[in-house]
Amino acid sequence: MEYTYYPGCSVGSTAVAYQEATTAVANTLGIVLDELNDWNCCGATAYVSIKELTSFAISARNLAMAERLKRDLVTPCSGCYVVLQKAHTYMEEYGDVRSKVNEVLSEVDLNYGGSINVRHLLEVFIDDIGFERLKTFVKKPLTGLKVACYSGCQISRPLGKFDNKEIPEKLEKFVEALGATPVNFPMKASCCSGQVMGTERDVGLRLVMNILECAHQCGAECLVCACPLCQLNLDSFQTPARKKHKKNFELPILYFTQLLGLALDIKPKKLGFGREIVSARKILEKLR
Amino acid sequence: MSDQNKARIGVFICHCGTNIAKMVDIERLKKYATLLPNVVAAYDYKFMCSDPGQNLITESIKKDKLDRVVVAACSPMMHEKTFQKAIQRAGLNKYMLQIANIREHASWVHDDIRYATKKAQALLAGAVKRARLHEELKDRKEHVHPATLIIGGGIAGIQAALDIANSGNKVFLVERGPAIGGHMAEFDKTFPTLDCSACILTPKMVDVGRHENITLITNSQVESVDGFVGNYDVRIKMYPRYVDIGKCINCGECWSKCPSWRVKKPSGNKKIIHDSITLGPPTSIYIPTMQPVPPAPIIDTKSCLHFQSGKCGICANICPTQAIDYSKEEEDIDIRVGNIIVTTGYKSFDPAKMPQYGYGRYPNVLSAIEFERMNCASGSTGGEILMENGDKPKTIGFVHCVGSRDENFNEYCSRVCCMYALKYAHLAKEKTGATVYDFYIDMRCFGKGYEEFYNRMLREEVRFIRGKVASVSDYAVSKEEEGKLVVTVEDTLIGRVRRVPLDMLVLCTAIEAAQGAEAVSKLIKLCQGKEGFFQEKHPKLAPVSTAADGIFIAGCCQGPKDIPDTVAQASAAAAQVLSSIAQGYVMIEGIGAEINEELCTGCKICNNLCPYGAIEYLEDKKVSKVNEVLCKACGVCVSACPSGAIKAKHFTDEQIFSEIEGVLHE
Repeated sequence: MEYTYYPGCSVGSTAVAYQEATTAVANTLGIVLDELNDWNCCGATAYVSIKELTSFAISARNLAMAERLKRDLVTPCSGCYVVLQKAHTYMEEYGDVRSKVNEVLSEVDLNYGGSINVRHLLEVFIDDIGFERLKTFVKKPLTGLKVACYSGCQISRPLGKFDNKEIPEKLEKFVEALGATPVNFPMKASCCSGQVMGTERDVGLRLVMNILECAHQCGAECLVCACPLCQLNLDSFQTPARKKHKKNFELPILYFTQLLGLALDIKPKKLGFGREIVSARKILEKLR
Repeated sequence: MSDQNKARIGVFICHCGTNIAKMVDIERLKKYATLLPNVVAAYDYKFMCSDPGQNLITESIKKDKLDRVVVAACSPMMHEKTFQKAIQRAGLNKYMLQIANIREHASWVHDDIRYATKKAQALLAGAVKRARLHEELKDRKEHVHPATLIIGGGIAGIQAALDIANSGNKVFLVERGPAIGGHMAEFDKTFPTLDCSACILTPKMVDVGRHENITLITNSQVESVDGFVGNYDVRIKMYPRYVDIGKCINCGECWSKCPSWRVKKPSGNKKIIHDSITLGPPTSIYIPTMQPVPPAPIIDTKSCLHFQSGKCGICANICPTQAIDYSKEEEDIDIRVGNIIVTTGYKSFDPAKMPQYGYGRYPNVLSAIEFERMNCASGSTGGEILMENGDKPKTIGFVHCVGSRDENFNEYCSRVCCMYALKYAHLAKEKTGATVYDFYIDMRCFGKGYEEFYNRMLREEVRFIRGKVASVSDYAVSKEEEGKLVVTVEDTLIGRVRRVPLDMLVLCTAIEAAQGAEAVSKLIKLCQGKEGFFQEKHPKLAPVSTAADGIFIAGCCQGPKDIPDTVAQASAAAAQVLSSIAQGYVMIEGIGAEINEELCTGCKICNNLCPYGAIEYLEDKKVSKVNEVLCKACGVCVSACPSGAIKAKHFTDEQIFSEIEGVLHE
């Protein structure tokens, strides 16, 4: 299984652990993630709402370069996923967007014909490998670990095609395949506040707290997610949110590849454990 | 065609008020017309379809000795028949007319008068050149068989059957299920009058069952339909009921003694109370409703011990009239009818397709029909509204537009949900005294007495929240939410997201095209719209007719509608059928395909291609022949014939090519 890999900007900065875990599990499972050469910013969700066409052009440069390699473009970030997917879909559906964007791309001898698929890393592990095969790789089932499976909003809405748009459930099945127990977690597709945390901090902290509190109430020992921004908001803003809302519980926020790595019996150090702000030590101890 | 150069053509240009005149230069067009070969006269008039306009044509035919007429006006779909009749009055064959559509094809679609005029000129030139080659054709009379087939025994089928049967004509009413009554038989009350559904339906059902002119064929499906308007040959497959309707007295001995009586197994989270609401046979030999027509039970072979293991035979043994016969097999019934009315109804949207509403996950989230059955006195709760644990709910919510007005499912409005939700709100208030919430997008109370009913619900203090429900969960964030279903909804009137804790939630599901609508459409060559409902001939002026002559539609198979509209349509369809029976004959157009036997090689390619089954192969002559009555003049055979042996009358190659030449002349 070979893919063109679009890491996005987060995994080199705030989400180094995500990249480390992803590399480790991909190596073990024999997934080749070939990084797209000379990739640029995806266009980012914030920019789309200001200058749509320009942001599509920025996105489409990546798509056009990936198209030459004739493989699906895989990204670990839900933000990148939604923006690249949007550029791809709009260029497919609207002729004027396609011609305008391709006109700009032709300046650098690029053209996007829409022949590749934009996919989320989670999709590769779930749909391409499949739960049955995944189970055969599991060396150390995560028996007894109660997990809140937080899909977040952008994987499934508005353009996601691989899971139910309103009640995503594949991350739960994934966690189940690793031997852990997903808790009933109604807020699994609610917004983590995204970039709002940077501009409207009170709103951001409230949204973060809603999710954390729900996971905690539902009996989760940790929360697993599939996006660097979700992880950043829920992890690094957990303490201020807790202080503001006068709560005293801690909930480690893990990437799904980290959890997978543990089930594959890869050393926690190789999976980026230790980089999180809310310590995951309790989880590691429980599983030891 | 030797006299085509002698053809005398009159051109009649319509202003259509300002519809054409404001975007086409009429004077210029008229002048252009007079210069065309064979045109001996050209006139214009404000409304050519009006009486004076038609007189202009008939008088000119006599005065100018016209033998062909070209009308430059609106689409032939609109007024071709009008003008055909006009030239017939003046003694011309109706096929000597050609229409140039300069409204839909020119004035309406352009915004520059020069180009629109130029296009009108081209269209007119084409029409004139084509008209030179028109030939006289003859329409034919066909006898109409006075019997009628009605497919579907819901309220629409029942109404149409009674209307026709009461006039003294025979009706065959075919129903897929074991009894007639359809969805209406499942309802408790009807909006807005709140009269009991069974009370108004049962007398009609009994009338159908007893009517001397109605042959009721239940547990059956139409297998094939051949023939043409006035003379349809229909084969019906009747599945075995294993109970002889003629002998059965519906005493109830059999189903009360049936040993395979069972409470349905819990599915998902649903427990006892709500399980027994689930529609379906409680015993293997059962009556489909409390007062079934025909009044006899039926055996469900999938659960019957006799059919599964051969061990039981209780019902046959105890039946006092020996009406039960396990050895019955499928039967074919062949009938001939003149007209067919399709009243196959609808199916309810499956709310499990919207997992955010928790149907199937939370036992107190009910579908509309489950709530309806619960309200029914004959239902498992004896008409009481109860939660899964047997308690009365203190707060009940109704979600409107579940599966309707939603791009992910059905874009259209299902028309009845607002009203039945209001009916439910009333019943809930009346029976439980609960606080009732209605979550709506827009209130659509369009019918007679409907707005008044809405106002009454406002006075009864039903709480209306305008907003589409986002999700339903059991996650409580406050004490009052604990143990409740929590509805998250944006109240768009106050601009806030609200969390509403409820004991019970009812999903008011959409009306969708019936299961099997596609099969029916293939069987009788009905067109389906993109939503799957059957297509009427004209949405306003021919709402119960279809593209096929002698086939009519009524009720929800044509689109979502309430009971009054369904009954009105059913009577309309019956009236259409009766007028064709009263006339006794139908006119078949002279247009159609014709095979030249000299050129036909008997390859049979056309036989299978014909979508109307109109071409048969004559074994003795080794050539194919078109049945003129069945042929709809679609032209498929003409274009497929490898030896060019098939001619489309009124659409010959010469006629079409000369029209193209005329259009492209400039």
